[in-house]
Amino acid sequence: MNYDLPTKSGYFGRFGGKFVPEILMPVLEELEEAYDEAWQDESFRDEYLDLLHNYVGRPTKLTFANRLTEHYGRAKIYLKREDLCHTGAHKINNAIGQILLARRMGKDRIIAETGAGQHGVATATACAKFGVECIVYMGAEDMERQKLNVERMRLLGAEVRSVESGSQTLKDATNEAIRDWVTNVEDTFYIIGSVVGPHPYPKMVRNFHRIIGDETKNQLTEAEGRNPDYLLACVGGGSNAMGIFYPFVDDESVKMYGLEAAGLGADTDQTAATLTIGEPGVLHGSLSYLLHDKEGQIQLAHSISAGLDYPGIGPEHAHLKDSGRVTYVGITDKQAMEGVKLLSELEGIIPALETAHAVNYLDELMPKTSKDEVVVLNCSGRGDKDMGTISKNL
Amino acid sequence: MIKTQNRIATLFEERDDSSKVMSLFLTAGYPDLESTVDLILGLEENGAELIELGMPFSDPLADGPTIQHSSNVAIENGITMNAIFEMVGEVRKQSEIPIILMGYINPVMRYGIERFCKEAGEAGVDGLIIPDIPIEESQIITDHADDNGLSLVYLVAPNTSDERMRQIDAQSKGFVYCVSVTGVTGAREGDEVARSVQRFISRVKENITQNPKMVGFGIKSYDDAQRIAADMDGFIVGSALIDTIREHYPAEGWKDEVFAFVHSLKYDKS
Repeated sequence: MNYDLPTKSGYFGRFGGKFVPEILMPVLEELEEAYDEAWQDESFRDEYLDLLHNYVGRPTKLTFANRLTEHYGRAKIYLKREDLCHTGAHKINNAIGQILLARRMGKDRIIAETGAGQHGVATATACAKFGVECIVYMGAEDMERQKLNVERMRLLGAEVRSVESGSQTLKDATNEAIRDWVTNVEDTFYIIGSVVGPHPYPKMVRNFHRIIGDETKNQLTEAEGRNPDYLLACVGGGSNAMGIFYPFVDDESVKMYGLEAAGLGADTDQTAATLTIGEPGVLHGSLSYLLHDKEGQIQLAHSISAGLDYPGIGPEHAHLKDSGRVTYVGITDKQAMEGVKLLSELEGIIPALETAHAVNYLDELMPKTSKDEVVVLNCSGRGDKDMGTISKNL
Repeated sequence: MIKTQNRIATLFEERDDSSKVMSLFLTAGYPDLESTVDLILGLEENGAELIELGMPFSDPLADGPTIQHSSNVAIENGITMNAIFEMVGEVRKQSEIPIILMGYINPVMRYGIERFCKEAGEAGVDGLIIPDIPIEESQIITDHADDNGLSLVYLVAPNTSDERMRQIDAQSKGFVYCVSVTGVTGAREGDEVARSVQRFISRVKENITQNPKMVGFGIKSYDDAQRIAADMDGFIVGSALIDTIREHYPAEGWKDEVFAFVHSLKYDKS
């Protein structure tokens, strides 16, 4: 591969790095060494792949969306079915990978942050499977909005700690998880849920999700004998998108689109369109694009989808935007709701609200495509968890 | 208007070995915008020899509830970087106490690192503590700090290796901030600090040889300070001071209560 990022110091172009308190530096170094060694170790990979195969249900299908394709009458559309993963979204790939690493490092206390609860559920699931203590930090407001996922985590044996500080949402849950981590560095492993945070997390989480793109490549070669022309994925922190994009970064003919949450509109203050309107800055340990005011205070993000409701973005996406390799577009709450309806009605698949942002972009993209081209959309999660919000907004 | 002699260096050069340097952390704009200058001057009158003025950030991930609270209040009060420079400028009209600005990198980066260092130097700031800039990321700020006479102070923690302590000592200017316990900022019970601190202190003594050593995190009384800082050049108190302000503000005479607490930290046990 020509694309070989991050650098040893954790940079993707000018983004990334390790902007953390001194207490965490030795911990990150230890983590980096353990990860690099594990990732090269065949027995670690075998165990990881075995769990993905027999527990998560991989490889997930690549489904030809025939009615959606007919609807637009242009390129063929395929769906990468991460919604079929155990727990209902791609998040479990990473949770399994990191818990195996935690065990290898002898850390027996797991902490995680969660916004919508999907990463929290995935982590609680992995901890239950391995019989490990699990503490999930979740904003008090999110706990109220996502009661069902709170109950799922508790049923799985996790302790869900309500975060009352700041805006009581994902960014504050992340702050609180980091505070726990600096206090309990000796025995605690922090399972970060997206391609964010200090190095080596963005690289590690990406690599635990790259199986999405690797499978897609093989499956599409089998089905069509070629690479896709277009890849579409939604972007919050950006883990499902990095997972499907990464194996294709060097394939220049593959055009990639990251769809971020514009909320009520990227020109309003009710938005999470970090790459569209954000400015560079440091949040949660890495340098990337951020939503912040002119004094550098972090602004509250807004999206109908709690999973995209984050004022930052993974540093690799910031680099892929600046380099022009990936095009990032904001999709509004209203457009996302149209995406939910479209995929439900035409394909019998109720997508997560996050995924629906990518679905809606087909309206914009498809008229520009031709019949001999192929589009792959990463169907990152299923919409069961969103039925409350969906029925309110239909 | 760059000063010829750094006030932090002078402080440690001229310090009398019989007493410990007391550094106090205060969040700029807390409890209100108007009080910060008076508080700094009053802290100096009551024994503070160094001021760490906190630049509030919305997401202070290395801080406990006390400093989270003071930061939020200051932001609600409308604190800005310009206001902080003005506060320092006001203090400078009346005092030569060394002032360090302490805060997270994001507001500094947003302001523009070069512009920030220039204006801080002009206002009369002597140093910077940026807890989320470890030595590995220091290249973005070191030259600008140096050019403007700002000492960039680094931290060491109980889990910092001997070798890394020496690297940090080589890069730190002004002093080295020794974090006595792992965890976030905040006042702690005495025995919690005492348990782990001895080994750390002896490693600090062995490895930090080029800079003065200031110890902080968890100190809330004269006794704590004397015990923990016994082998150090001085001690830092932050959360306990903020807690005292929070307890008394805005009742009549609240500043006197705060100053009495500060006096007791430095001079006696009562």
